[in-house]
Amino acid sequence: MTAIEVTGLRKSYRGNEVVRGIDLAVARGEVFALLGPNGAGKTTTTEILEGHRRRNGGTVRVLGEDPGTAGRHWRARIGIVLQDTDDAVDLTVAETIRHVAGFYPDPRPVDEVIELVGLTEKRRSRIRSLSGGQRRRVDVALGIVGRPELLFLDEPTTGFDPQARRQFWDLIRALAAEGTTILLTTHYLEEAETLADRLAVIAEGRIVAEGTPATLGGRGAAAAKVTWRESGAMRTEQVADPTELIRKLVAEDADLSLLTVTRPTLEDTYLSLIGAHR
Amino acid sequence: MTTAALPPTMATGLRRAHVELLQFVRDRTAMVFTFAFPALLLLLFGTIFSDSYNEPGVTASHVFSASMIAYGILSTAFITMGSGLAMDREDGTLKRLRGTPIAATAYVLGKLLLVLALGVAEVVLLIGVGALVFDMSLPDAAHWLTFAWIFLLSVVACSLLGMAVSTVVKHARTAGAILNVPVVVLQFISGVFIYPPSQLPSWLMGVASIFPVKWMAQGFRYVFLPDGMKAQEVAGQWELGRTALVLGAWCVIGLVLCLVTFRWSERDR
Repeated sequence: MTAIEVTGLRKSYRGNEVVRGIDLAVARGEVFALLGPNGAGKTTTTEILEGHRRRNGGTVRVLGEDPGTAGRHWRARIGIVLQDTDDAVDLTVAETIRHVAGFYPDPRPVDEVIELVGLTEKRRSRIRSLSGGQRRRVDVALGIVGRPELLFLDEPTTGFDPQARRQFWDLIRALAAEGTTILLTTHYLEEAETLADRLAVIAEGRIVAEGTPATLGGRGAAAAKVTWRESGAMRTEQVADPTELIRKLVAEDADLSLLTVTRPTLEDTYLSLIGAHR
Repeated sequence: MTTAALPPTMATGLRRAHVELLQFVRDRTAMVFTFAFPALLLLLFGTIFSDSYNEPGVTASHVFSASMIAYGILSTAFITMGSGLAMDREDGTLKRLRGTPIAATAYVLGKLLLVLALGVAEVVLLIGVGALVFDMSLPDAAHWLTFAWIFLLSVVACSLLGMAVSTVVKHARTAGAILNVPVVVLQFISGVFIYPPSQLPSWLMGVASIFPVKWMAQGFRYVFLPDGMKAQEVAGQWELGRTALVLGAWCVIGLVLCLVTFRWSERDR
């Protein structure tokens, strides 16, 4: 069953078309990542799916309804983690989460949510006094407090330190394991690679590649780079399948203490994908 | 798929009112400016002007104490509502709420309850200044009843109009300046700052009588001044029936404007 189904989505701002015919299908329970440079149309697309913006063309079904006309019961089934908000700064973490929890039919317990996002020590702090990363965690808490079936995460880990990012990833995996469908936009390729079941790259309002992290943009079929030490110097060879080469090296009793086998990173693939569309 | 019932709108509205009040009380600047300013002006006007009228025991300070209640309501209802909504639109409050199952009615209810609470507190402050500093005498029960309906109609009309006007405010930081224009202008022509209003050119008095402020101020003067003071009014009467009509009409106009103009986010470009 599909959670999100988009065909031919279009959106213009003052005659400037920023989304130019996007097709997208996200299955229930899937973690799907949208990648793309700033201004590629990621946020616009996400906001149309969330019901925050109107579209100019195409059909959109989210949890079986059109977000442009869906009502409050539909909103109770989705969760949105916003980018760039600065609201409720004079409330405490616990007050804000308790308040928003009150809008939902079956919210998670407030303390549980605070624990999940790792803000237990800050629960009585005013949001004004939190760091940028801590505020983002409040955003995440507000997005998940209603037990959404589908969660939108728009660049959720911007401003997180590495440890907070790891904690956040664990949280996302836990939500996914509970069956939550997740649509994630991110600038961090490592994040997309570790979290997403599938991903798509948007450039200039179109999807230019779609696949799993391992196969995106022909990455799985790309040549492997094998590097090892030979008579004191490093030697590198590019091969389609490294099996034969390594077998040969083993047979020759070569020095394999520094052996590496690499394929293009997701970042290499991504940069070449968006580079081709500039 | 869960189809559990959403919390009732009335309950959600009360939750909104609670956090609105918490936030207002914790924001000291808003507290001081919204509340103290009308009282400060009342202290100044009441001290500076010493006009007397053909009515024994009534001083200019009593007239200002009564009329300035209209200012207090403009400040707490019209300005708080207008700038509050512009701020909510800008800082993401409305966008956040829009992504949850809250009803727009619950949000508006929360704001109205906030404004009502602030309005009551402001009016208590102004009447307190009038009674304690300027020796204004307090009215009997029947006059308080009149006070109650004028107060309620004024708060509702001003809040709804503030909400409607906020949709033309582009940036929250300019909201105060924009909203203060009608507030100050109307007070000059509506018998709040300049009294008796018959000093004004008659066309200006005509303009003022279209808007709610004149009727609010006149109504509050009816409540707090002796009956003989009606001779100072433009019509020589208190015109309570007309006051109810005009304020009621503005409530309806405000409501219609809100329904037509309300939007959750900045304009979708």
